[in-house]
Amino acid sequence: MASSFASIDLAAAMVTTAPALSDWLVILPTALMILTGATLMMIRKSVRLHAVIAITALALLVVLDALLLWQVSTRGPVSMTMGGWLPPFGISFTADIFGAVMALAAAIAALLAAIYSLRDIDASGLRHGFFAFLMLLMAGVSGAFLTGDIFNLYVWFEVLLISSFGLLILGSEPKQIEGALKYAILNLIGTTLFLITVGYLYAIFGTLNMADIARKAGSIRGMTEDAAPLMTLTALFVLAFCMKAAAFPVNFWLPASYHTPRITVSALFGGLLTKVGIYALIRVTIMLLPVEREALSLVIATSAVLTMILGALGALAQNDLRRMVGYVVIVGIGNMLAGVAIGSSVAVSGAILYALHSIVTMTALYLVLGEAGRLTGTFELSRLGGLWGRAPWFSAGSLALVLAASGLPPFSGLWPKIMLLKASLDIGAWWLAAAILVSAFLVTLALARVFLLAYWRPAPGGEGEAATATDWRTALPIGALATLVLVFGLYPEPLLALSQAAADGLADPSAYIRSVFPGGLVP
Amino acid sequence: MEVLFVALIGLFFTAAVYLMLSKFTIRILLGIVLLGNGVNLLLFTAGRITREVPPIIPADTSTLAAGAANPLPQALILTAIVISFSFFAFLLVLTWRAFEELGTDSTDEMRLAEPLDEPLPPMGY
Repeated sequence: MASSFASIDLAAAMVTTAPALSDWLVILPTALMILTGATLMMIRKSVRLHAVIAITALALLVVLDALLLWQVSTRGPVSMTMGGWLPPFGISFTADIFGAVMALAAAIAALLAAIYSLRDIDASGLRHGFFAFLMLLMAGVSGAFLTGDIFNLYVWFEVLLISSFGLLILGSEPKQIEGALKYAILNLIGTTLFLITVGYLYAIFGTLNMADIARKAGSIRGMTEDAAPLMTLTALFVLAFCMKAAAFPVNFWLPASYHTPRITVSALFGGLLTKVGIYALIRVTIMLLPVEREALSLVIATSAVLTMILGALGALAQNDLRRMVGYVVIVGIGNMLAGVAIGSSVAVSGAILYALHSIVTMTALYLVLGEAGRLTGTFELSRLGGLWGRAPWFSAGSLALVLAASGLPPFSGLWPKIMLLKASLDIGAWWLAAAILVSAFLVTLALARVFLLAYWRPAPGGEGEAATATDWRTALPIGALATLVLVFGLYPEPLLALSQAAADGLADPSAYIRSVFPGGLVP
Repeated sequence: MEVLFVALIGLFFTAAVYLMLSKFTIRILLGIVLLGNGVNLLLFTAGRITREVPPIIPADTSTLAAGAANPLPQALILTAIVISFSFFAFLLVLTWRAFEELGTDSTDEMRLAEPLDEPLPPMGY
């Protein structure tokens, strides 16, 4: 028997040399999160250890993602294929600048939210596995940003979805169960739609590896007789990812559920989950199917305008702070969709920059309003008040984040908005530019009103009993996020260069393809 | 053979969409199960349907026999089955808890998180 195997040339199907040590970086973030999550489940009775282990792991995750980003931006995309099978047969993990920078932003937001959770999550939440779910959520998010295989992307979507269910119902209040039911059903339908599309994609392309799809798309598009239904495919992808990203008209699950869980969980969801949908949308439509995206651009742009305007009007109409921020998240999604709809180099890098800004700012905004609610004991605008006198430093940090979320200088929200405006005026889409400006104006009104009522106005019912003051567990995350927003508002060059490089890598994926298939571009 | 499968998948999807449009959670769940199974059939059909040639290379050759089954869709379906089954189990428990806590299985009456009579924010300072 042994002799018959010896005659087979394994090099035709398997990777025979060990991967370089630095290539392991592409898989380490996901592996670290899964291992930590599993460890936390095994020691689920020793809740005292959970926070220490989880926050150490998240700090390590930030370091790993930063190293990966450094590696990718100096030496080009990194790829590793599982099981030693040659791509496209094995599942590839491929990191380019776009994926690495999103993973880094998500890791920073998650680390700071985890520090905030030390105060926000009570003993019962810890016993029910808050940190284990958080680790698995981050495994799903990192995996989605770093995978190079479209079916694998679906699997990571499901990983982050099932952990988000666990986080959403932490506390088991009737309100949460109702929100979770709506969230779970609609998101499950969305990912099933994604799976259907993956099935069609496999039938057309015969491969699931994104680099392989990118290099075959041209020749499959060129078949004139028996034309492949790539338009159907792209339309389904856009619908599925818009549902994940909460774009109008498939976004009603977000305001129905995001205000029900603990504030840390809302912050993680608002910061990370919708951005995974946007990431997938950009990855698939800009890199894999650009020609079909061009044909659909008017549809995407219409959806973007409606998402922005209706989201901003929704934010204006809310009395509950947490529901209002949910609508602000939706306005941001509309802005990023506008970038996808235009599709030019400036527009895509604007959308990527907006996604990074949105990960940081939306996490921070939820944390700030959660702290405001904790200090005053209510989330209702009609009853909030007197925060400026009670906590001046906290109020200053809040003001920075409120201005950043509205897109006003000198904070980080300004630059992506300017890029998107320029991109839409470049192609003469004045109505898209107008929608961006009008929605930004309405969001400014909504958020400025929060500041006016909750901070400057004296508390309507007089000073209630003083809540415990802000301590480092809440001040550190809010301060760090406000600093990030300020620094990248004043000195945006590094981020601008990164998002421009990310957009260039998507427009011309030859480096991405070369990292998966070192042999060359021709199959 | 493919045409038959396509018609069957269409039937699954039609029934699933019809059930999911209902406002009662149990019917929505049944719709989700049907949708999941329809997708599994779709993946199966997408990856070439053949009969009775297993994708195993005989001892004396180094290539697959002609017309061998495609093993990849089966791996995909296996993954999809595991995921959709666990999600369905979770959703069943969640629906039951929702029925216990909220006392209704009609989505129209689930208005605790989004109350109809929520006041507008203050209009003046």
